[in-house]
Amino acid sequence: MAIQFTLNGKAQTVDVNPGMPLLWVLRDTLGMTGTKFGCGMALCGACTVQIGGLATRSCVTPIASVAGKQVTTIEGLSADESHPVQKAWMEIDVPQCGYCQSGQIMSAAALLAKNPQPSDAEIDSAMKGNICRCGTYQRIRQAIHRAAQMQNSVSGAANIDSKSNAEQESAVVVGGAK
Amino acid sequence: MNVNRRGFLKTVAGASAGLVIGFYLPGRFETLAAAEASTALNAWIRVGTDESVTIVIDKSEMGQGILTALCMLAAEELECDWKSIRTEFAPAAEIYYNPAFRSQGTGGSSSVRSSWEPMRKTGAAAREMLLEAAANKWGVDKSTCKAENGAILHPETNRRLTYGSLAESASGLPVPQNVPLKDPKDFHTIGKPTKRLDTAVKVNGRAEFGIDVRRPGMVYAVVERCPVFGGKVASFDATKAKKVPGVKNVVEISNGVAVVADNTWTAMQGRRALEIQWDEGPNANLNSEDIHTLFAKRTTVPGVVARKDGDAAAALAGAAQKIEAVYEAPYLSHAPLEPQNCTADVRADYCEIWAPTQMQTMSQALAAKITGFPIEKIKLHTTYLGGGFGRRGSDFVGEAVEISKAIGAPVKLTWSREDDLQHDFYRPASYAKFAAGLDADGWPIAWTTSIACSSVSNGFTPGSVKNGMDRTSVEGCADISYSIPNFFVDYQMTEPGIPVGFWRSVGNSQNGFFSESFMDEIAAAGKKDPYELRRRLLANSPRLLAVLDLAAEKAGWGTPLPPGRFRGIATLYAFGSYAAEVAEISVDRSARTVKVHHVVCAFDCGHVVNPATIEAQMQSGIVWGLTMALHSAITIDRGRVVQTNFHNYPILRIDEMPVVEVHVVPSQEKPTGAGEPGVPPITPALCNAIFAATGKRIRRLPIRPEDLA
Repeated sequence: MAIQFTLNGKAQTVDVNPGMPLLWVLRDTLGMTGTKFGCGMALCGACTVQIGGLATRSCVTPIASVAGKQVTTIEGLSADESHPVQKAWMEIDVPQCGYCQSGQIMSAAALLAKNPQPSDAEIDSAMKGNICRCGTYQRIRQAIHRAAQMQNSVSGAANIDSKSNAEQESAVVVGGAK
Repeated sequence: MNVNRRGFLKTVAGASAGLVIGFYLPGRFETLAAAEASTALNAWIRVGTDESVTIVIDKSEMGQGILTALCMLAAEELECDWKSIRTEFAPAAEIYYNPAFRSQGTGGSSSVRSSWEPMRKTGAAAREMLLEAAANKWGVDKSTCKAENGAILHPETNRRLTYGSLAESASGLPVPQNVPLKDPKDFHTIGKPTKRLDTAVKVNGRAEFGIDVRRPGMVYAVVERCPVFGGKVASFDATKAKKVPGVKNVVEISNGVAVVADNTWTAMQGRRALEIQWDEGPNANLNSEDIHTLFAKRTTVPGVVARKDGDAAAALAGAAQKIEAVYEAPYLSHAPLEPQNCTADVRADYCEIWAPTQMQTMSQALAAKITGFPIEKIKLHTTYLGGGFGRRGSDFVGEAVEISKAIGAPVKLTWSREDDLQHDFYRPASYAKFAAGLDADGWPIAWTTSIACSSVSNGFTPGSVKNGMDRTSVEGCADISYSIPNFFVDYQMTEPGIPVGFWRSVGNSQNGFFSESFMDEIAAAGKKDPYELRRRLLANSPRLLAVLDLAAEKAGWGTPLPPGRFRGIATLYAFGSYAAEVAEISVDRSARTVKVHHVVCAFDCGHVVNPATIEAQMQSGIVWGLTMALHSAITIDRGRVVQTNFHNYPILRIDEMPVVEVHVVPSQEKPTGAGEPGVPPITPALCNAIFAATGKRIRRLPIRPEDLA
């Protein structure tokens, strides 16, 4: 069955079993392996993408339910690691093994889009669905605060940017599809 | 490390233009290897005509930061431009053998230890060749030239040649031997907090983990394994599985039945439709309670002596006060976030493998056995590892090779989380009986421990097991540093049938908890402050005493805490390094919960290569240990693992993360381990703090709500 959706700002059509989770469509059908498989039960957050700007576990999201929606993956967050969350992640040197980090970053970007200045408690609450087996949590907290700072200090410029980009006008996701 | 006279450097013919250099190191790594000299190449450097410097990484990067550390070691002597560095993972080959293991592999917190000299020597030799190439070109004496930031300079005449422009001429020169290494006081890179070189690819999704490998014509597989350890396929019916659209093949392999499909999800759907009759074998009725009973029984009879100082039995009999306790720890799974996986392509006369493995040679050897090819026909590529922790050996590699061989196509095998938790090589469950005798003043004069657990080494390094003694089963107890005149530890190797393996910090993970909790019991029985007691008993262990003092000082040991807050302390020597940790906690006894607010860690691992990595590894080890203390247990019912996924095998999450403060002792001693030693002290520090809060001693992990009531 052909299913159409918007993937990282571009129209995408896939012809797969409608019950196939978005995770496997991304990874196996489309070859976009930045989104990771960790548990298959929405317990670890490694597969987090944004659908309509909301952090969503792609491992339990049937592709049929994505029809017509805006999907952003780690590959689409920015073309050049320029999203404030990615910049902060690099400045703080968050990752260790790195396997969970696509999911962490997608969750953090969704949080900051909704709450530009989260407290530690709000960070913990938004990020507790994402397991990091290496234990980078302390730096994740630090990097989210840093990303909030970066995002807020350039928000004026970012707004001008997004207005100049017709594709982004309808995008809910901050710093999303390009 | 001793580099003996047979160590030599040589240039190696490379495919790309420029200087290629390798360093061959015969010999062994004192504290780890059992046998005598073997020849191993520890590093490669390639200087490209495009000014790039490629460092070939011969260790598995699983988050511990070794990729960056190896580059720092080479760059310190090479004097290249840090920004010019590229990295690639070494193929599996004998020249990359880790002298710690006499095979290619990463583990035992051995990487910096085993590369500390070889990587610097590699860099120094390459630098000398570039110096000589420039001197020859200019017709000047080499001693008047200097290497700096990716170029050779001739200050007298103000001339400069870049490494890229010298690479080809340098590659024809003889490789200098025994180039003196820099005085550490002149280090510009080693010892400076340095950002990881693999961060960008880990924030943009481009880092290629094993599970991300894609090959032309590749198909996808999952394997259904017997849920009972030691069981096997009796018969199976693939009719329904083959009817699932997209399923291409169903084949039996030695570990079970593989379903091959167009994509991973379809393979999983096909697997659900399989009908398999299992021969469950001898463990079909095994459960955790039986294992506990078996271990307990085994500690009632004398075991193999692991340590004997003085006469502990006599001293115990004559002691003014005697205390006894039994400690227990469960099986634990590694649960790296990237499930096991491997991509294999078995052709007519060679086999190519892409795997997130810590054990390249072992994987190659298994593939050679399966295919019948000689080992040099097994081309193994190591990818990034989504966590390792001792889990990633060769079992999943063998499965992928068997499937590819059977179907004649490249295949990616992926394990589900359930597969991963239920078919691991577990941290052994352990049972330990302790007794201590105190003198009239409350100081310990006798200590005895009897340990029963499975042997990890039996399965992985059988040569290291001598007369029933596996040192990894008793480490963290038999080798503790306290001065107690009568000290006795024995061991009963006991094999109930559950596969066990190396789990971050190995025997120290459970024995460190046992010993350091029991030391706290001795302090309480003798009415001593737990820190002051340890201080006195560590008078002859200056480096351990120093980290203990540092942790206590930074945590404000002995100073008042806010109401409801309590501290616990613990320390351990492991992997050549010294760690002490203080946990500050509160317990809500009505809710039966504990919160860890703050952890102070003091650490001495000798000369630090990258302080940023050390800090991250200590935080990481503490999270690992807290997960073990608060959450994890693998239990067995009817020969099967009960736990299936992260809902019943929980991992510490961000809302439980304490503030962790790491203090590293400056040192010029040789580097020692860093990946594992941060783990053991946190569990006893936490449980000792809970004792301070509640008066209840926790002797069995994980901590249960009733322990906190």
